[in-house]
Amino acid sequence: MKAFTYERAVSPAAAAQAAAHLPGSKFIAGGTNLLDLMKLQIETPTHLIDVNGLALDRIEATPEGGLRIGALVRNTDLAADARVRRDYGLLSRALLSGASGQLRNKATTAGNLLQRARCPYFYDTDQLCNKRHPGSGCAALGGFSRQHAVVGVSDSCIASHPSDMAVAMRALDAIVETVLPDGSTRSIPIAELHRLPGDTPHIETTLGAGELIVAVTLPKPIGGKHIYRKVRDRASYAFALVSVAVIVQADGSGRVAVGGVAPKPWRVEAAEARLPEGAKAVTDELLAGAAPTRENAYKLTLVERTLRAVLAEAGSQP
Amino acid sequence: MTISESQVGPISEGGMFGKPVPRIDGRLKVTGAACYPSDTPMEDTAHAYLVTSAIARGKIKAFHLEDAKAVDGVLDILTWENMKGKVRSVRFFAGGGYASSTIMPMSSSKIWHAGQIIAVVIAESFEAAREAAYKVGVDYAVNKPKAGFDESRPQPRPMTNPLTRSDPATGDAEKAFAAAPVKIEAYYSTPTQHHNAIELFSTTCVWSGDQLTIYEPSQYVHGLKNGVARQLGIKPDKVRIISPFVGGGFGGKAALTARTAFIALAAQRLNRPVKLVATRKQAYTVSNFRAETQHLIKLGAESNGQLTSLSHEGWEVSSRPDEYKVAGTETTAVLYACPNIATRVNVIHADRSTPGFMRSPAEVPYIFAIESAMDELAVALHMDPVELRRINDTQINPITDAPYSSRALMTCYDTAAKAFGWASRNPVPGSMTDGDWLIGWGCATSCYPTNVAPAEAKVTLAPNGSVRVQSAGHDIGTGAYTALAITAAEFLGVPLERVSVELGDSTLPPAPVAGGSNATASICNAVADACKELRHRLVTAAVASNGPMHGLDRDMITFSDGQLRAPDGQSETLMAASARLGFGPIEAHAKYMPEIASKTIKLVGNAMLGKGLPIMASGTSAGDHIQYAFGAEFVEVRVHRRTREIRAPRIVGAFAAGRIISPTTARSQLMGGLIWGISAALHEATEMDHRFARYVNDDLAEYMVPVNADIQDVEVIFVPEDDTKVNALGIKGLGELGNVGTNAAVANAVYHATGQRIRDLPIRLENLL
Repeated sequence: MKAFTYERAVSPAAAAQAAAHLPGSKFIAGGTNLLDLMKLQIETPTHLIDVNGLALDRIEATPEGGLRIGALVRNTDLAADARVRRDYGLLSRALLSGASGQLRNKATTAGNLLQRARCPYFYDTDQLCNKRHPGSGCAALGGFSRQHAVVGVSDSCIASHPSDMAVAMRALDAIVETVLPDGSTRSIPIAELHRLPGDTPHIETTLGAGELIVAVTLPKPIGGKHIYRKVRDRASYAFALVSVAVIVQADGSGRVAVGGVAPKPWRVEAAEARLPEGAKAVTDELLAGAAPTRENAYKLTLVERTLRAVLAEAGSQP
Repeated sequence: MTISESQVGPISEGGMFGKPVPRIDGRLKVTGAACYPSDTPMEDTAHAYLVTSAIARGKIKAFHLEDAKAVDGVLDILTWENMKGKVRSVRFFAGGGYASSTIMPMSSSKIWHAGQIIAVVIAESFEAAREAAYKVGVDYAVNKPKAGFDESRPQPRPMTNPLTRSDPATGDAEKAFAAAPVKIEAYYSTPTQHHNAIELFSTTCVWSGDQLTIYEPSQYVHGLKNGVARQLGIKPDKVRIISPFVGGGFGGKAALTARTAFIALAAQRLNRPVKLVATRKQAYTVSNFRAETQHLIKLGAESNGQLTSLSHEGWEVSSRPDEYKVAGTETTAVLYACPNIATRVNVIHADRSTPGFMRSPAEVPYIFAIESAMDELAVALHMDPVELRRINDTQINPITDAPYSSRALMTCYDTAAKAFGWASRNPVPGSMTDGDWLIGWGCATSCYPTNVAPAEAKVTLAPNGSVRVQSAGHDIGTGAYTALAITAAEFLGVPLERVSVELGDSTLPPAPVAGGSNATASICNAVADACKELRHRLVTAAVASNGPMHGLDRDMITFSDGQLRAPDGQSETLMAASARLGFGPIEAHAKYMPEIASKTIKLVGNAMLGKGLPIMASGTSAGDHIQYAFGAEFVEVRVHRRTREIRAPRIVGAFAAGRIISPTTARSQLMGGLIWGISAALHEATEMDHRFARYVNDDLAEYMVPVNADIQDVEVIFVPEDDTKVNALGIKGLGELGNVGTNAAVANAVYHATGQRIRDLPIRLENLL
């Protein structure tokens, strides 16, 4: 591990300002992803800004009838919150399907959104990776790519986004709230938080230098049946091959977001309009333009089949 | 999880054999008090970190060490440039030597495989060593590597050559196959797998003058001691190995790896202790692994199910220099009655580290192939798969006609089938369902040769009546401490808590490698022999003219509750009898030689054991007979109708493995085997990037093993078996028996659930979409 300096932030604005002033600095909260990457020298921050003391660990009702989730709320606490379980079941289920109990106890809401790719070539510093060394090339292309993304990918990167929580938040139209180095704040719809890789897969979000996530706000509950179905290689403690999040209303309309198939939580509103036509129609629209490899082409079928199973479970389709 | 009660009783009334007792080292393990080799506290330790090769084939053109040396705390960096000629080569373990591979890293600039050790950084702290290791710059000359099998199936060669010992055969399999009314012909494959023991590969070396002490987890401390001594050119008695606990071995810690000598040399150069704990990722290339295999099976049968032709051709991957193969045809050729058998094993050399032992090395891949094919044959015959095994069951080796010492395969099948509820199975694929889940039931044969090795043990009776058992055997989590304590308690009639056992130290009497499931059978017999010697002396004291049992028939005297007992009710404590033999403890040192040992082993076995060489009498050719343990395994799988997720919620195994010394730990071994079998069938594979001959999922997040949620009901049933032909105590090793049949049982169950026959492991949901 490279030597680094460390400070405890005193306020979100101060943290953002410090990060903007010190290139090479990183925020640390739960550390469940960052510390691993630092040990492997995939992340090599020169300075860590510990935001754990910033009192961003509360879940509060908003005047609009939604919930404001502090950036430091631990995954375990968020999943167990009675309001989340009642009104945003999708989110609770997605959280509980992720990682392990120990990791969820440490991992934070903002950290979960910002966790980095699990591509083995990203992790192997003896291999080429455009995320680690922009412009060096992508060893995953033409390599072992069974778990990789099939849609939204580029010739520079085919890594998928590993989060379950983010898929649920995408379906719930969450808003990410940030503080900028100048002390001002910004609201980013979750659809706009993560970027597609394009030619710059190392730039993973639309956050600016030093910009700190302080909360995630959920709009007023929309009701409906919430189902999060994660398909993976073992019953627990594995990343999704494919995950499907749906909110289905009594009239058959609804929302669909999928994980494990794209560089970001994947939702195509136009696909949802085709819900009455069934799983195949939705999947065709959702994964239009997919560019799978030979090893991960099965994900196209698997999304459709999982969606079919989920819609059957919701009782909206046979 | 349900566990059936043991049905095997003690050897004598009130004895300890067959009594379920807790693991005697269990408390030490669950409280963290067990001192694993790398836990040993040590003053002034320097820390080593390995640098491994980024390429699979080529050579090192130049090192750039300036940045690494500049890291604060760095003490030394070993590379081929300062290590060349410092480590002598020793023979390959599989060729009767010590080394897990003949590849000698850092002996030259040559790179044989990705992940090969190319430098060792030693520093004041682990963190400094690691940071410096990351800063070691290397210029390579890269050649394109061969990773293993090509994309296409290997092509069979005609098996018309004269018979050789290594390719068992009889009759004319090709002709019989051509004439058979019912035929199965198919390719099967198994993937690369790694042991992934929780305890990593560690080595700590300490010199005291010319005496070297090595703390390293080992399945063969005498082999390690002698091998390292030869590598360093020093006398074996100058080397001591300390390895009292091993956090999982599974074959990965059986033979000498390259790391040990380098750490010893580093400790010598710095004149202080040096400790290495290789990382999880490095564990994939610094020791051995289970190589990927392919198989072509051809079965021919009469329409009544009788086999008329069986041929099995296997292909295995090995490293460039080493001809390592597991050649499980030795077992698949003798599994069933069949007049025409042909086998062949081929080795494909690639730019890989040398593969080696991994739990049930030969049986796991080869039995998967043959037992899948048997299930396919049962389907083709419209016959129950259990009945197909019954029709082709044999009590003799079909090639040599030598009898099995005992073979309770069909009793295992009938017992397990009953416990499983097999009779209610509808054989039609996809016919059994539970909601959205398709249910599949499958079964397969498990077997493992009963190997026995020369072994030594010392048993000491102290004046206070406590018993001490010493042998350089190994408890790699298997329960050896417990089984040996039970054996001494059984023969000396003392309570178990009066017995202590010492293992895993090369200064103790030599014992064989903990491999080939031989340890319990071999060392328990040595302990029993030593105890019998002590009994003889104690009885002699009791019936002596000054003893309380003077004049009694010595054969009538028994041992129980810490007393010698005569039929007339007289008794004397072991302590009192021992005191009459003189002051202080009495001890006996036994050298056990297997009853089935060949003349050669009888002649040289003890000397070879003392030299730490691999020496074992194989159950596959035990003089006038062959000897195997058997089992039958039944698995339920559930496949989701839509997503094709696969779960294995229920497994039952019935096993006949002779006398069960320690039912608690034996059951644990078999349960672990069944669980590993499910893991291998559905989860495990070390994935390879063929362009670079480099592993891509070499960590525990991406190398899938089951979690608790994947494993539900596991039932182990012992089928009683009395067989003293195998050895005096009638023990058949079972450490490797559990996971032999499971792969095929799972694959057969998946077929039953879905109608899809998956012949390439692991079976993943995309195979069923």
